[in-house]
Amino acid sequence: MTDFKRPLGRLRIDTEAVDECRALAAEIAAPIERLATSHTTVSIERASLRLVGVDGVEGEGTEAAPIPNRVVDEVRAAVGLERGVLIPFFHTVETGCGDIGAEARRIASGDRRPEWPEGFDLDIALERANRESAAAIDRIAAAVDSRDAAISKVGDAPKPWFYEIVATGDIHEDIPQAQAAAREGCDVVAVIRSTGQSLLDYVPYGATTEGFAGTYATQENFRLMRAALDEVSSELGRYVRMTNYASGLCMPEIAAMAAVERLDMMLNDCMYGIIFRDINMQRTFVDQHFSRMIHALAGIIINTGEDNYLTTADAVESAHTVLASQFLNERLALAAGLPEEQMGLGHAFEIDPDVPDQIALELAHAQLIRECFPNAPLKYMPPTKHMTGNVFQGFLYDGMFNLVGALTGQDIILLGMMTEGVHTPFLSDRDLALENARYVFRGASTLAGEIRFEPGGDVERRAAQVLEETRLMLRKVAEIGMFAAIEAGMFADTVRTRDGGKGLDGVIARADGYVNPITDLLAERVGVER
Amino acid sequence: MTAIRPYGDATDDGLVQMSFTLPITEGERARQSALQLARSMGFDRPQVVHMKAMGPDFTFFVVYGATTHTVDPDDVVIAERDFPELRSSEVNRLIRENLKRRLVVVGACTGTDAHTVGLDAILSMKGFAGDKGLEYFAEMQVVNMGSQVEPSEIVETVRSEKADAVLISQVVTQRDAHIHHLSEVRAALEAAGQRDGLVLVGGGPRFSPEQAAELGYDRIFGRGTKPSEVASYLAWKIAGRMVATGA
Repeated sequence: MTDFKRPLGRLRIDTEAVDECRALAAEIAAPIERLATSHTTVSIERASLRLVGVDGVEGEGTEAAPIPNRVVDEVRAAVGLERGVLIPFFHTVETGCGDIGAEARRIASGDRRPEWPEGFDLDIALERANRESAAAIDRIAAAVDSRDAAISKVGDAPKPWFYEIVATGDIHEDIPQAQAAAREGCDVVAVIRSTGQSLLDYVPYGATTEGFAGTYATQENFRLMRAALDEVSSELGRYVRMTNYASGLCMPEIAAMAAVERLDMMLNDCMYGIIFRDINMQRTFVDQHFSRMIHALAGIIINTGEDNYLTTADAVESAHTVLASQFLNERLALAAGLPEEQMGLGHAFEIDPDVPDQIALELAHAQLIRECFPNAPLKYMPPTKHMTGNVFQGFLYDGMFNLVGALTGQDIILLGMMTEGVHTPFLSDRDLALENARYVFRGASTLAGEIRFEPGGDVERRAAQVLEETRLMLRKVAEIGMFAAIEAGMFADTVRTRDGGKGLDGVIARADGYVNPITDLLAERVGVER
Repeated sequence: MTAIRPYGDATDDGLVQMSFTLPITEGERARQSALQLARSMGFDRPQVVHMKAMGPDFTFFVVYGATTHTVDPDDVVIAERDFPELRSSEVNRLIRENLKRRLVVVGACTGTDAHTVGLDAILSMKGFAGDKGLEYFAEMQVVNMGSQVEPSEIVETVRSEKADAVLISQVVTQRDAHIHHLSEVRAALEAAGQRDGLVLVGGGPRFSPEQAAELGYDRIFGRGTKPSEVASYLAWKIAGRMVATGA
């Protein structure tokens, strides 16, 4: 393949409309940013504890409770969380044996009752919290150096990056599958999570061998897979990236685990959990801001989930909801210090193949998004909704997706499986998908640079229409506010209320005396408001 | 009918196209292994038309062969599923045209079980294994009560929401707790006079469909059930039934 270039200026778009969309997104996001900086959540507090070294579980088997959960629950019961968990925790550590792990276990077992310190004791706890937090922040930032070192040692993968999913439920089975995929040419491996993990208000512990249609995201599973991919990267002379999901009720903790285990990308959308998982919107917005600051500092590329809007609604009628959501995701990413180069904004090839000129419409959508976000590593998702048991037709359909991806310079290509909609992919399905993608991307790589769309033609007019619909939608959302817009079902036709959904009881307004050096230092390092 | 065979490009040639992967390094031994396997599967004169290494440890094959077997369609026993599998548009249409309002579904995990994975797989928009959940259906109104819901709360919600159907999920269970908990819900609904006219459905990996009668449920769904099956069943049972009875 020739050098990857993003084809820009291929169709004329109304740049004033794009500017207005960005301004509207900033207006819409402002109350969310205020919410995020004035609240904390149980998962942010647990992530903070994890980052300073609290880990492990109390009890055994399925009844085991993670120590970070136990400590947060105990602190909440004793002194509340309005001022954060770290001060009462480090007060316990400093008035105990001084060891973080040992004192965490004592709090978990009920041996020590957390207290809010006063006077000199407060200074001592604060000093320790500051010191441990600074070290934790350095460990997150070290992910960037560690990744750069690994890449310079083995060499980077040329773009576009081919992205594949493994999902056996057993980390020890996922590893050989991931390595096999990498050897065949896969550049990014995602380990899909067990169904329902997003709704667990704790992170499972250790290496796991059983999951429902996926493998649990645990820190040990992250470590094992990263080590296996490092091994295969050395063998191949090409850095293989690793992805997981910072979403659901434990978004901040999973982001923290991903940072220290040097994951490279994380699925992280501003509205996915609210709309598709019925997680409370306040919880999602607060958790998301914290997790995005971590991603920003750790050099992790986020992948947003706009493809989901098209799997649940008509991909032509709802094309503008993708672009609207991308502007919002972009704004909320900027507010958390994520540079454009780490915004893997998502979209998908989901138009019904029976729609005439389907390819032209897909080209219009994909090129419009490319033009609107010239510096973002866009993530393009293959057809799923209209895939059937006709695997032969499906293979061609995936080929057309690859062609549109190649012609519009999409950076991250999630490879379509011809058996999508039949079963979880066979080993051979992944291999065939890579063969398909390699053929199309090699065959069309210079063609992308040659293409211009007819001024005033179908593609350009369709792109203009989607941009205009996006502007109108964002104006409407700005007028009533983001919370009211979600309550009115403006996203994916799904109504979610401000106080409904899962996890609201884990959202806590910060008191004036809230102390969390982790969030303070994160904000300082990524250059955003605390 | 008489016995028939697959049709490749001539009557009775019996030709079948298949592909599979063997955990073996690519090479002549791999090719012969694939052929031998095809012969053991009942294929005459098999041909490996494509063989490709997939990494050092696996080989992919495309194989053609003429099957030695035949089938007489008259001898085939068809397992009758008592409800039709409907596409989402058909589910919505059936409800819209016959029920003439949205079908109200209340779902809950009851008893000690805090695992909503099964319930959410069926109810939430996201669904399960690529199959959209009941929330996705425009004509269904879903009330997801979550976990550890008391039978009395379910009774109250059925009343206030004017539910057409109730889904009770049990995932993690010890001894026969899942059976006990389902029975409690049925008893509470009966005691409140709400069982009649309500479609009561249970589900979870430890159940099997035959248990419906014993538990006093209209239907029990076991492991691996997709949301579309539940949606088809509910639409058929509630909106389809009205057509059958002319109601």
